[in-house]
Amino acid sequence: MPETTTALSRAHHTIPPLNPRNPNRMAIRILINLARFAVTYVVATVVVFLFMRLIPGDPAQIALGVNATPELLEQTREQFGTNRPLIVQYFEWFGGLLTGDFGTSYVTRTDISPMVLDRVQVSLILVLTAMVVALLVAIPLGTWAAVKHRNFSGVAIGLGSQIGVAVPGFLAGILLVIVFAVGLGWLPANGWTAPAVDFGDFIRRLILPVVALASVQGAILTRYVRSAVLEVMSEDYLRTARAKGLSKNGALLKHGLRNAAIPVITVTGVQIAALIIGAVVIERVFVIPGLGSMLLDAVGNRDMLTVQSVVMVLVAITLILNLVVDVLYTLIDPRLRRSA
Amino acid sequence: MSTQQVPTPPSQAPRTSAISAPGNASTSGTARSGKRKLSATLLIGLILIGLVALAAIVSFFWTPYDPTQAMPADRLQGSSLAHLMGTDKYGRDVFSAMLYGARITLFVGVISVGIAILIGTPLGILAGIRGGWIEEVIMRASDIALAFPALLLAIMFSAVFGASTLTAMVAIGIATIPGFARVARSGTLQVMTTEYVLAARAASQSRFRIALRHVLPNIIGMVVVQSSVSFALAVLAEAGLSFLGLGTPPPTPSWGRMLQESQQFLGTEPMLAVWPGIAIAIAVMGFNLLGDGLRDRFDPKLNGSRG
Repeated sequence: MPETTTALSRAHHTIPPLNPRNPNRMAIRILINLARFAVTYVVATVVVFLFMRLIPGDPAQIALGVNATPELLEQTREQFGTNRPLIVQYFEWFGGLLTGDFGTSYVTRTDISPMVLDRVQVSLILVLTAMVVALLVAIPLGTWAAVKHRNFSGVAIGLGSQIGVAVPGFLAGILLVIVFAVGLGWLPANGWTAPAVDFGDFIRRLILPVVALASVQGAILTRYVRSAVLEVMSEDYLRTARAKGLSKNGALLKHGLRNAAIPVITVTGVQIAALIIGAVVIERVFVIPGLGSMLLDAVGNRDMLTVQSVVMVLVAITLILNLVVDVLYTLIDPRLRRSA
Repeated sequence: MSTQQVPTPPSQAPRTSAISAPGNASTSGTARSGKRKLSATLLIGLILIGLVALAAIVSFFWTPYDPTQAMPADRLQGSSLAHLMGTDKYGRDVFSAMLYGARITLFVGVISVGIAILIGTPLGILAGIRGGWIEEVIMRASDIALAFPALLLAIMFSAVFGASTLTAMVAIGIATIPGFARVARSGTLQVMTTEYVLAARAASQSRFRIALRHVLPNIIGMVVVQSSVSFALAVLAEAGLSFLGLGTPPPTPSWGRMLQESQQFLGTEPMLAVWPGIAIAIAVMGFNLLGDGLRDRFDPKLNGSRG
């Protein structure tokens, strides 16, 4: 895309020259964010760990049933580690989280980590594809709606996005199944194929869940893009650019969109948590073996250790994607680099 | 991540809300509403919410059938005069269940948003007035809470306490607190820079009194807008939770579970999914539009920029 690069590199020239110390400041800002990420994550692990201890009952007793002998109970407690002090249990679990060893489920008696590794790939494919699709739809649509905000097409997009925001992903998923799987028979209604097994089938099964997930996020982002572009359109620098002889669209492309991108990136970051939890529900609709269905199965089995581990993986994904967005944010907004 | 603000809905994002002198807010509000006609956004929002509220109220006095009563002979019927929206797999009347579901939806919304208002707003005001480490602790805590969306928190709650309407309401309420804390804090920070607060502080009024007399009346508009948006999110979360089977337990009808139960009949009875789907969308859209409309009304500077 040579056009975009020139637009971006020219936009650089419109910004005052950068302070030579900027790279350092940027690094400091990124480091601060990393530190915040670490603190947030550690506090979250403590909260989740303590919260899950509120489940009534002794995990060993639950696993063995009421007829278990006291010796066997004691042995199982030793095996689970639940007879040790709470603080020891926490650090064992937390250390495991850091090294990728989530321990052995009290209920299924199998290792949690391999399953998480298996499932996280599925969920990440779903979430990241949906995010990209949502942005690819929202940016042009929102910009169009802003530029044509007095025309029919602009109003129609505004109205459509309002409806899109009100339709939860799982409902969108069900409606898509009714139309494209049951009605037209174009795509499978549910299921999952790993890309390595059959790539064509992988894509066919990916389409409906991604569209369901992306439609909600796309509608939300479209509204933000629209209002950000509207905002930018009334700015003085855009008028200056037009006075310089640029066409309306040229000015918007060269100077406006970069500025409009800043609030949109923020919202994309904040929406990540919603996207990930949306994927949990979508996995149920389309019977996809991701982290969401693993979490819900574990909740159904009262499998405490699996629940808390999967929750922390989901929170980690949310926070890491947020971190990435924040770095992106620093890169795109030179003002932040200077004031870090 | 923590430098980012909570997603302020589009038209609110970069603008400051109109902060007027204490006591002025309500009088100027009514004077304005007297002159300005109801905006289309506000009107449509109110109509949609009115529909849901009407369904909920009617369900207290009358439903065509008992929504929990199974009539196996009449199972999976299409729309007819006897059953306006048909019947489900147990032969229960869908229209009756829809009316009853509105009640659950609004109930969960009111309680969870109520919890969030009552806890989040004072915390936000406290953070804004006191500053320092108190502000730091409150805002960092809300950062952490933001990594746990309502639905995730509700799933965890149901793992520990079991699935019930109460767990759903409390979990959604807790997840909604940070939004109110942030809105209240940023509003408070604005009010604290005004001259009348300076005057009140010079007159050595207590912080509590300033919060009650000056801050609260001025941020109430922002809190109302936030409530409306949060209500929409609460409806979505409740529907999602019921859909997963972790919300209101059967046999009490809820829109989310009706959707879930419809899934096995998508090929033959798609309307079983469409009816509750429309209801959820109407409720969410109603509260979103109400929030947008109220925001425009509280902040007249916006009027030019909305197409």
